[in-house]
Amino acid sequence: MPQIPAVPLSWYLLLSAVLFALGVAGFLYRKSIITVFISIELMLNAVNLSFVAFSYHLHRIDGHIFSFFVMVVAAAEAAVGFAIILTIFKNRRTLQIDEIDSMKL
Amino acid sequence: MNLWLIPFFPLLGFLLNGLFGKRLPRAAINAIGVGSVALSFVYVVFVLSKLYPLHPAYSEHYFTWIQSGFLHIGFDLFVDRLTAVMLLVVTGIGLLIHIYAVGYMAHEGGYYRFFSYFNLFVFFMLILVLASNLLVMFVGWEGVGLCSYLLIGFYFLEGFAGNAANKAFIVNRIGDFGFSLGIFLTVLVFKTLDFGKLATAVSGMPVEASAGALTAITLLLFVGAIGKSAQFPLYVWLPDAMAGPTPVSALIHAATMVTAGVYMVTRVSFLYNHAPLAMSIVAFIGLFTAVLAATIGITQNDIKRVFAYSTVSQLGYMFLGLGVGAYSAGIFHLMTHAFFKALLFLGAGSVIHGLSGEQDLRHMGGLWKRMPVTFITLGVASLAISGFPGFSGFFSKDAILSAAYAHTPWMFWVGSITAGMTAFYVFRAYFLAFFGSYRGHHHAHESPPVMTIPLIVLAAFSLLGGLINVPHWLSPAFPLAEHENVTAMAISVTCGILGIALAAYLYVIRPALAESLKTSAGSLYTLVANKYYVDELYSGLIVRPLETISRSVLWRGVDEALIDNSFVDGLFGRTIRNWGALLRHLQSGSVRNYATWVLAGALLMIFIFSFSGGGR
Repeated sequence: MPQIPAVPLSWYLLLSAVLFALGVAGFLYRKSIITVFISIELMLNAVNLSFVAFSYHLHRIDGHIFSFFVMVVAAAEAAVGFAIILTIFKNRRTLQIDEIDSMKL
Repeated sequence: MNLWLIPFFPLLGFLLNGLFGKRLPRAAINAIGVGSVALSFVYVVFVLSKLYPLHPAYSEHYFTWIQSGFLHIGFDLFVDRLTAVMLLVVTGIGLLIHIYAVGYMAHEGGYYRFFSYFNLFVFFMLILVLASNLLVMFVGWEGVGLCSYLLIGFYFLEGFAGNAANKAFIVNRIGDFGFSLGIFLTVLVFKTLDFGKLATAVSGMPVEASAGALTAITLLLFVGAIGKSAQFPLYVWLPDAMAGPTPVSALIHAATMVTAGVYMVTRVSFLYNHAPLAMSIVAFIGLFTAVLAATIGITQNDIKRVFAYSTVSQLGYMFLGLGVGAYSAGIFHLMTHAFFKALLFLGAGSVIHGLSGEQDLRHMGGLWKRMPVTFITLGVASLAISGFPGFSGFFSKDAILSAAYAHTPWMFWVGSITAGMTAFYVFRAYFLAFFGSYRGHHHAHESPPVMTIPLIVLAAFSLLGGLINVPHWLSPAFPLAEHENVTAMAISVTCGILGIALAAYLYVIRPALAESLKTSAGSLYTLVANKYYVDELYSGLIVRPLETISRSVLWRGVDEALIDNSFVDGLFGRTIRNWGALLRHLQSGSVRNYATWVLAGALLMIFIFSFSGGGR
């Protein structure tokens, strides 16, 4: 079997960092709750990517297992999150994040 | 044998009525409230018939409650012959009074509340009686105190009921403090609280000639008994406890709960037997309380208060019996007293019910033809408490007085004179209520059968209860003493009959004489009628000073001057407030704002970690 030159670990980590930064930026600057929510998923998956990359690089299984945990949590979070979003929309008729600030003192 | 089922039924009744009673119809509340106690009673009879002859005791272990170092306390229940008497008294008389309450409480609000508390009381009382160690007993002890508080304050919208409930609870706190100290000392000395193990441990110890550890334990436990069983100097709560509904007075404040102290002392009698000094104190306090309460009882005009002082006095008799070593006589009197005192209260309740709430003897009179059943049954109870030959009180009171005569003759003489006073004031109330001409303005009527049938059953027991030979039944644990004394019996009976005769003379034959005697006694009468000003004394010596200290030192001094002025409004408080005002701006309510802070925090951490060598 011919040896395919392996993609170096740093590339994966760089991609992961870029995805994470995009997620952070989206979380901070987008105005719609849905987009903010997608940004959170993006951050989670960026972390997942670095987990898997490390796991492959170090020949250890821990990172794989952890990434499954993250997926399960993300799925659960999505279910709860969308329920909250639906309720907010029903009550407020808006999904603009700046208009929802009733948690002020 | 599943002993736990005995207290379980009333607990279930409490939960059902307490949680759902508001939405249940009256018939269902009655069925649950009365049915649970009836089931418990039937089960007690079943268990006792299975376990007969109950010697040795039968015990059941359920779970380890506390396991700490050497101390091992299990949640154990047990039955011996003494418990059997108490179980039958609590569930049997409890059942009769529950039935009576269906009629008595018919027109009252909070009906379900009453029955749920009443069932809870029976539950805790059964725990107290069945407990096989001091701590489980203490659980029941505190529980009945709570129920007593709740039921005294049943008419909480009337201020005096709430005050009376508080008074009962607080005065009992003093006694329970002594009880808990006694338990601690028992743990310290014996390393166990189990009655069986305590009895074994103490049997190897010498009788204490002077005051020692056993004397301290028994006296501390007796402080608990003084509080619960309303002995001098903590008896003051019981007369005020009459603010509760009459079935409560009958069950809790006459027949069962107040006798818990007598039961407890008898239960740990092996400790008292090794502490003669403590026993003398028990006897002396009992006798003193009996005399004191009897004299007050003569002057009271509220029918329930007369009987309340009579309860205090009779409890004093029981302690006299215990103190002179006649435990079985004390328990015998406990049982017969439960019969006739419950009957006296239920009869009084029947009178009060028939007169639409009138309790003042001066507004009664001539009721015998309007309330024939109450008239006859109350007559039986009055004869029983007076120790009239053949009635139940005669046997038990005679057992106590004979034992006192054998022990200390002067105690017998004082006890006999008190028996005469007892007969006098009970019959004074009886004659004032039922003889002469009617002095009230309500329309008097006889109570419904649901109330009169329990009266008749209790009257039968008051008449014949003396034939139940409790001292003989208890003889395996408390050996029978040979002091049947015909002279002593004759003297105490003569005192009782003289008391009845005097009451008849003063309140039936020559009513005017009583009034003129009252005026000629003058200041002495005023002193006794005001209960020797003991309440006022306590108020002046304890309550007022406490209030003054609380107000001037603790409130004005500590709270206002120290904490409020120098701390909260001082430099310290102001600094914190100013910082708070600054930091408050951080809470903007905008999610993105918060997220930025999270990001800033995360970056800061990365920064710190990377400059401190990767966190290693």
